[in-house]
Amino acid sequence: MDWYIILAATIKIVVFVFLVTLPLVAMSVWAERRVSAAIQDRVGPNRVGPAGLLQPVADGIKFLLKEDFTPNHVRKTYYWLAPALTMIPSLLTCAVIPFGSKLFGEKMVIADLDVGPLFVFAVASLTVYGIVLAGWASNSKYPFLGSVRSTSQMISYEISLGLSIVPLLMIYGELNLGHIVMEQAQNGWALLPLWGDGLSIKGWLLSIPLFISFVVFTTSMFAETNRLPFDLPECETELVAGYHTEYSSMKFALFFLGEYAAMIIGSGLAVTLFFGGWSLPFGWLTPESVDAEVPFWHGLIHLGAFFAKVILFILFFIAVRWTLPRFRYDQLMRLGWVVFFELALANVILTALLLMWLK
Amino acid sequence: MTFFFFIFAALTLMGGIGVVVNRNPVSSAFSMIISFLGLAALFIQLDAYLVGILQILVYAGAIMVLFLFIIMLLDIPKAEKKRFPVFTLGASIVVVVSFATLMITVITRSDIGSAKLPPIEPVKGTGSSDVHQIGELLFSTYWFPIQVVAVLLLVSTVGVVVLSKRELK
Repeated sequence: MDWYIILAATIKIVVFVFLVTLPLVAMSVWAERRVSAAIQDRVGPNRVGPAGLLQPVADGIKFLLKEDFTPNHVRKTYYWLAPALTMIPSLLTCAVIPFGSKLFGEKMVIADLDVGPLFVFAVASLTVYGIVLAGWASNSKYPFLGSVRSTSQMISYEISLGLSIVPLLMIYGELNLGHIVMEQAQNGWALLPLWGDGLSIKGWLLSIPLFISFVVFTTSMFAETNRLPFDLPECETELVAGYHTEYSSMKFALFFLGEYAAMIIGSGLAVTLFFGGWSLPFGWLTPESVDAEVPFWHGLIHLGAFFAKVILFILFFIAVRWTLPRFRYDQLMRLGWVVFFELALANVILTALLLMWLK
Repeated sequence: MTFFFFIFAALTLMGGIGVVVNRNPVSSAFSMIISFLGLAALFIQLDAYLVGILQILVYAGAIMVLFLFIIMLLDIPKAEKKRFPVFTLGASIVVVVSFATLMITVITRSDIGSAKLPPIEPVKGTGSSDVHQIGELLFSTYWFPIQVVAVLLLVSTVGVVVLSKRELK
């Protein structure tokens, strides 16, 4: 049955990465423009297709047809390599996110690894090379400053990002994202312990450190994906456009696709860890165990629930971007190292004490 | 599965050769990252998921970023052509010969191919994944070495802070 496993994996990769995540990237660009317009009392793109829904297609065609200009002063190999290097790791992280429970007896996750969140962090930490090389290969001041900022920012926030989920892993005692979701489906989501074993003093007490870790995780995720209020690497008022100043047409678009893909996977991870992944609230339609058979329409509902949560989270990302002002660079670094790092560490100790006391 | 082994082994070796051959320091650093990625893939092929992922997370994702960062900031010019580098050549020959001798001795004395590795006993009272196993061992059997390493890391961190802050009040 070797060919069957390979076939199933290939279908899952094609569907989840190219038919789900990439269109979701396009749709979130559209949503970003519409929501920002609504926030600023404008209309936004509404001409192409119904409510402007085909705008991403028009944008894509525009990017492909524009002149692909390579300036003379760049280091060619790395200049060409950099956009791909920002895009590829973002898409690779799709591999461990459980998109749903089961369909046709297959788990709705590409690779059911026992090191899920670590895999995401490891691969996501490689995105920094794209930005570093883009800044360096451009051989020009502003891109270089942008990439230097980005590198130090990403390295700093990686630490609090990794530390922030340690309490959650301690409580569930699991690194397999599928098992974490199942646990939450049966005993209450991490931030909403309203049913099963979660509905107890223990569950409610443990939701305090979980809430802290959620705040740290989400904020660090904003910094990792270079989104406002932490978009110092491409801060227009200081750096023209930051690391992608020298890029045009599709290479420029690849940076944006990478950023949005990272945002979507970040949302997916946050939903999986803190909001019960594909599960419905109050244990509705929850399968018996990870390996139990799931009826076809339950599987569909679980997929729908996951994407509904992810879309809500993306809308939250967008709303934050258009409501908060940008941080100053020294404030950003101080927040990362002095506040979040300590907060995450203290949170680990708090969780350990709570777990010992409640045992 | 041997197919994948050869692919990733080739990737690791090519990365390693690239580190030595490239004249541009950034290219060298980049080859090293590729080599680390190949190595991580080899670990994962051996079902050592945690080791493989940590290889990427720590070496490729953190340490090499700092390397690349420093190389770019220093803007080292391409290695200039010097007169015949006697010392460099002599030192490399010594290193290569001693390493080759070591490898040949180890390989000829071991019984590769005929010996079988003892089966690994799962640690009691833990989950099945390698993360659980390694964690259990680190915090029970090897708790003392872990503490020593932790203190060592702390000392070096403090040392770096002291060295980089020249003016102490």
